[in-house]
Amino acid sequence: MSSGDYIRIEHITKRFGSFHAVDDAHFSIKPGEFFSLLGPSGCGKTTLLRMIAGFEFPTEGEIYIDNQPVTGVPANKRPTNMVFQSYAIFPHLDVYDNVAYGLRKLRLPKAELDRRVKEALGMIRMDGFERRRADQMSGGQRQRVALARALVNRPKVLLLDEPLGALDKKLREQMQFELRMLQQQVGITFIFVTHDQEEALSLSDRIAVMQKGKVLQIASPRELYESPNCREVADFIGTMNFMPGIVKAIEPTVAVVEVEGLGLINSPLPADYSFATAGAEVLIGARPEKLDVVRGAPHPGEKGVKGTIGACAYLGDRNHYQVTIEGRAAPLQVATEQGDRSTLASFSPGEHVTVSWGDNSMVLLPKT
Amino acid sequence: MSAAKPLKKVGEKSWGITLFAFLYLAFLYAPMLVLPIFSFADQKVIDFPIKGFTTQWYEQMFAKEEMHKALWNSIQVGVIASVTATLFGLLAAKAITRYAIPGKGFVMGLISLPLFIPEILLGLSLLIILNVVSIPLSLLTIAAGHVLLCTPFAMAVLVARLDGFDKSLEEASLDLGETGWMTFWRVTFPLIMPAVVSSLLLTFIVSFDEFLLAFFLQGTEQTLPLYIWSGLRFPSNFPPTLALGSIILVVSIVLVVLAEWLRQAGSGGGKVNVGV
Repeated sequence: MSSGDYIRIEHITKRFGSFHAVDDAHFSIKPGEFFSLLGPSGCGKTTLLRMIAGFEFPTEGEIYIDNQPVTGVPANKRPTNMVFQSYAIFPHLDVYDNVAYGLRKLRLPKAELDRRVKEALGMIRMDGFERRRADQMSGGQRQRVALARALVNRPKVLLLDEPLGALDKKLREQMQFELRMLQQQVGITFIFVTHDQEEALSLSDRIAVMQKGKVLQIASPRELYESPNCREVADFIGTMNFMPGIVKAIEPTVAVVEVEGLGLINSPLPADYSFATAGAEVLIGARPEKLDVVRGAPHPGEKGVKGTIGACAYLGDRNHYQVTIEGRAAPLQVATEQGDRSTLASFSPGEHVTVSWGDNSMVLLPKT
Repeated sequence: MSAAKPLKKVGEKSWGITLFAFLYLAFLYAPMLVLPIFSFADQKVIDFPIKGFTTQWYEQMFAKEEMHKALWNSIQVGVIASVTATLFGLLAAKAITRYAIPGKGFVMGLISLPLFIPEILLGLSLLIILNVVSIPLSLLTIAAGHVLLCTPFAMAVLVARLDGFDKSLEEASLDLGETGWMTFWRVTFPLIMPAVVSSLLLTFIVSFDEFLLAFFLQGTEQTLPLYIWSGLRFPSNFPPTLALGSIILVVSIVLVVLAEWLRQAGSGGGKVNVGV
C-alpha cells in the first residue's frame, strides 16, 4: 500500500435543485485510516459517502481513490464496497450466497470461491450460518454478514453507512469494538458515517464534522474534543459552556479575553486565531468537566469565581451542577467526578461555592 | 368519564355493521348465483320453481366443437395479452419507481386512462385506426386491444411491489460489482416474482373475460365471450351457455384469489426488519 493521500475529495459539491447537500468538501484520507463523517441527520454525510461509493455523482469536484480519478465511474466499477444502514442482505439468498455474491462475478474456481467465503465467514465468527436467511438472523448477525459480504471482495475502501444505528446499545458497543479490531486486522481504509459522536470518537483515527453540507473541522478525536475550531463543532461533540468575551490582547501563546462575570482569561491560542484581534468579540468555551466546584478558595494555581448551586443531577460516575454566577445570565454547567462514597452529593442547591478552573482548559472560539 | 359506559373494545362485534356488510355482499354477489343455479336446472326456460337437477347442459356445452375453438382462441389471446401487458407494466413500473422522471404522475395517468374511457369508444377508435392503416382484424388485433386494458393492472401490481422493497438491495448488488442488467435478474426479478405471476394471472383473466373490445376487433375467429354472445341468439343454446358461464365464473374467481394471495405473500419478502 502506498503512503500519502489515498482518497482525495477535491472541492466536491452536490446540489439537488437549489439545495446544497454537500458544499465544497475538500480533504484527503490516508491508507488504512479509520475515517468518520460525523454530523446530524441531513448534514450531507451520507450523500458524500454515496458519492464515494458511486451511487451519486457530484455536481462539482473530483474524487480520487488510490490516485485514480473515479468521479464519473459507476458503483459497480469502483474498488469500494459498502455496508448499508439497513444491511441490505438479499432476502432470497442464504448467508453463503450473500457473501459469495460479488465473487460469483469473478468466475473463480469453485474451491477458491468456497475458501474465500469460508474465510470471510470465519473472520466475523459466523461459520455454521451458511444456510441461514436474513429473516432467521438477529440484527447483529445480519450486520456481520453485510460486513463479510463487503470485505470478501477485498475492496480498497470499505464504506459504512451508520451500520450500528439499528442495534441496541450493548450490542452496538460490542460491534464498535469488533469493527475496530476487524479494521486493524484487514488493514483496509474505512469510511464510516455516523451521527453518534461517542461512536465516532471511540472508533476513528480522524473525524470530519459536517453540518448543513459543509465540513467544519477534520481532526483526531482528541483534537476535536479539546480544540474544536468553532461553536458548532464544540456544541455537537460533548457539552460546552459558551461565554462571550472581548479580546483584550494577543500574547505569544495566549489570548487575553475579558469574560462577563469571570474576569480576564488567558486562553491558549488555537491553530487559526486570525479571528481574534484586539477588541474582537469571541467566545470562550469550557467543558463542564474541566471546571470544578469547591468550597472556599479555588484549587492551587487555578482561578475561581463565586457562585450559587442551582440544579444538581446525580449521574452515577459524576455529578452535574448548574452554578449561577453573579453578572452572568446563563449558569455554568459543571461536571465533577464522583469521589469516594463519603463525598456523595457533596453540594446541594442554594449552597454558595467557588467554581475553579485552569485557563489552559479554556477554548478560544470565533463568535459565530 | 368514569361513570360513563365502558368504551367498546377493538374487535368487539357490532351487529348493525355486520348485518349491513352481509346485505351489501349479498346485493353484490347474489345475482351471480343465478348462473350456476340454472345451469343445473332441468328446464329450458329460466323460471322458478326449478323443476329438477341435470348435468346435461354441461355435457352439451362440452360437446360443441365451436366452444373448444373459442376457448382455445381465448387462451391464446389471454396469454399474448397478459405476457405483453406484464412486460410493459414491468418496464413502466421500473421506470416510475426507480428513476426521476419528469411528469411521473402524468405518465401513470396516461397508462391508466384506458380503464376510464368507455370501452365502446376505445373499441370504436381502435377499429377506425386499424381500418385506416389496413391491418386485418384477427385474434392478434383483439390481443393488442387487450394489452391496452391490461397494462394498467400490471403496472399497478408491479409498482406496488417495486415500491415495497428496499432499494438498497439493488444498490448492494451494484456495489458488489454487478451490472444493472444482471442486478435486475439476480436481485430484482426474484424478489418481484410473486407480483409478476400475480400480474400475469390478473391480466389473463381481464383479457379472458373481456367482451366489448373483442367484439369490435374480432376477425373471423371468436373468443369465448363472443361465442357466448352469439349463442344467446338461439333459445336452445341458452342453458349450455349458462353452464359455460358458470365455469368461467369459477375459474375467474379462483385466478383472481390466487393472484391476490400471491401479491400479498410476495409483499413481505423484500423488507426485512432490522431489529435484533
